[in-house]
Amino acid sequence: MLVFDNVSKVYAGGKRAVDNLNLEIGEGEFVCLIGPSGCGKTTTMKMINRLVRPSEGKILLNGENLLDKNVVELRRSIGYVIQQIGLFPHMTIRDNIALVPRLKGTSVEERNRRAEELMDLVNMPKEFLDRYPHELSGGQQQRIGVLRALASDPPLILMDEPFGALDPITRDSLQAEFKHLQQTLGKTIIFVTHDMDEALKLADKIVIMRAGKIVQVGSPDEILGSPADEFVEDFIGKERLAQARQQLQTVGQIMNPDPVSVGMGETLSQAVRVMRKRRVDSLLVTDGAGVFRGWVTVEMIDRHKNWDAAVADIMETDVPTVRADTLLRDATRNILVRGLKYVPVVDERKHLAGILTRTSLVDVLYDSVWGDAEDESSGLADGEGA
Amino acid sequence: METIQELWNYYQLNGSYVMEQFFRHFLMSAYGVLFAAVVGIPTGILIARYGKLSGWVLTAANLIQTIPALAMLAVLMLAMGLGANTVVMSLFLYSLLPIIRNTYTGIRSVDSSILEAGRAMGMTGSQRLFMVELPLSLSVIMAGLRTALIIAIGVATIGAFIGGGGLGSIIIRGTNVTDGAAIILAGAIPTALMAVVADVVMGWIEKALSPANQKRAAKAGTANT
Repeated sequence: MLVFDNVSKVYAGGKRAVDNLNLEIGEGEFVCLIGPSGCGKTTTMKMINRLVRPSEGKILLNGENLLDKNVVELRRSIGYVIQQIGLFPHMTIRDNIALVPRLKGTSVEERNRRAEELMDLVNMPKEFLDRYPHELSGGQQQRIGVLRALASDPPLILMDEPFGALDPITRDSLQAEFKHLQQTLGKTIIFVTHDMDEALKLADKIVIMRAGKIVQVGSPDEILGSPADEFVEDFIGKERLAQARQQLQTVGQIMNPDPVSVGMGETLSQAVRVMRKRRVDSLLVTDGAGVFRGWVTVEMIDRHKNWDAAVADIMETDVPTVRADTLLRDATRNILVRGLKYVPVVDERKHLAGILTRTSLVDVLYDSVWGDAEDESSGLADGEGA
Repeated sequence: METIQELWNYYQLNGSYVMEQFFRHFLMSAYGVLFAAVVGIPTGILIARYGKLSGWVLTAANLIQTIPALAMLAVLMLAMGLGANTVVMSLFLYSLLPIIRNTYTGIRSVDSSILEAGRAMGMTGSQRLFMVELPLSLSVIMAGLRTALIIAIGVATIGAFIGGGGLGSIIIRGTNVTDGAAIILAGAIPTALMAVVADVVMGWIEKALSPANQKRAAKAGTANT
């Protein structure tokens, strides 16, 4: 719905605050512009409602060039929330919320109805409507700031670090509340922030900027999973990346790639020999092509007695498996919920690729708790082997 | 005691005359301030919008303020002749500075984030002025009018020298006669009283208009309900 086409902002003296920016924003997207101060993120945002005029290039809103539109009409059709809140101190909350409808010439009844409706939306008591901004706490004031932006039901809302000046607890609850609101109402949001946590929490799409240029655009997972360069890595922070890597680890990365298996045609006596040799109590069964078919346990063999029967006859075929490219966090949940001791890992063609045991999970846990102590963990592994 | 007795006698004999001069005095002051407000407030708004003009305009208004009252009256008398109009003209000139300066300061001191919010919400220039800037700077502008009115009441006293009338003419009469203390007081006391009452009333209006006071009124309102 919003397209930046080679947009630049050049200030007197030749400073390029925004430099050849190309960006496309879809309907209903929550886009966070993020970067260090002076990177041009606020300038980029303010060009959308023409508080700043682009020097070069064009910005298209639903296919129309913004510069061809009536600036007052344009601004009335775009919500705006700022860090300083900017409520009018001489107007009641009601008048503050209903300001844009009033500018547009909506009737008093309609305005009152809208104000009350919006207060319901954030579960604030209607008595607040007749108070003045000073009588509300900072968090409440910013809620009103958000409502004011929503008053005329604009499809697009611009937000300039709206929660930056609030205390952490209020900020958290407002972020959650706002994200919920955005999803319910389906608004497109352009959100400027310098707080990576906030961006990761709220955004569908993060735009990382530096010195007027876009460094990387992507979903939070994409950015955490593959930061474009060192700058992005530094900006995200080592700790968050390490955490994210664990979140984004796949089963394939931590599984034991050498599971103990037998062929379908083998006899039970052969199977028992393999078990004894490898000191395990169950075997994964594959066919000639290496496709996973099921498993046998020592109890199943014990019950059957006939040592010459084929493994295929007694194996359990209804076995849960995970794909090697599954995210570990999803697989872990699977294992824990079903109370499994291990899960066979298969690739996309059902070939047995490895096995994920509780031990592998514990290793991951060790890594995250004593992350950098590599020597220590390898020492432990040695001890186990001996 | 004797003086007070004489003062009392003066008021009894010339009561209606004193009242007449009192109103004349007040009207001259009020007209001077009113005209100055008509010119000064828009000028203040203008220089608040176009900052480059502010230096020149405020310097000019300051310069007028430094001219001694008697000299100003004398010069204006040369151009405009004797009478109340000349006095009103000089009061107008004296009132310009406090009014222009306070309007300018009041509008410039409106929080820039509030103005940005207004602009971004699609207010036109005049909507911003009438819905945001003026309401928020009203109490400061009133403070300017208050200062101007007090100065005007004082300066109007001298207006009697060029035939403007007012309470000043009673004082001058007192200085011209032997033992005129009672007559001087008869003019001076109402003048002082007028200045004090004007100050109190304007101060009250100023307070009522300040946004901080609206807050208190609203609180009292919610406490009652």
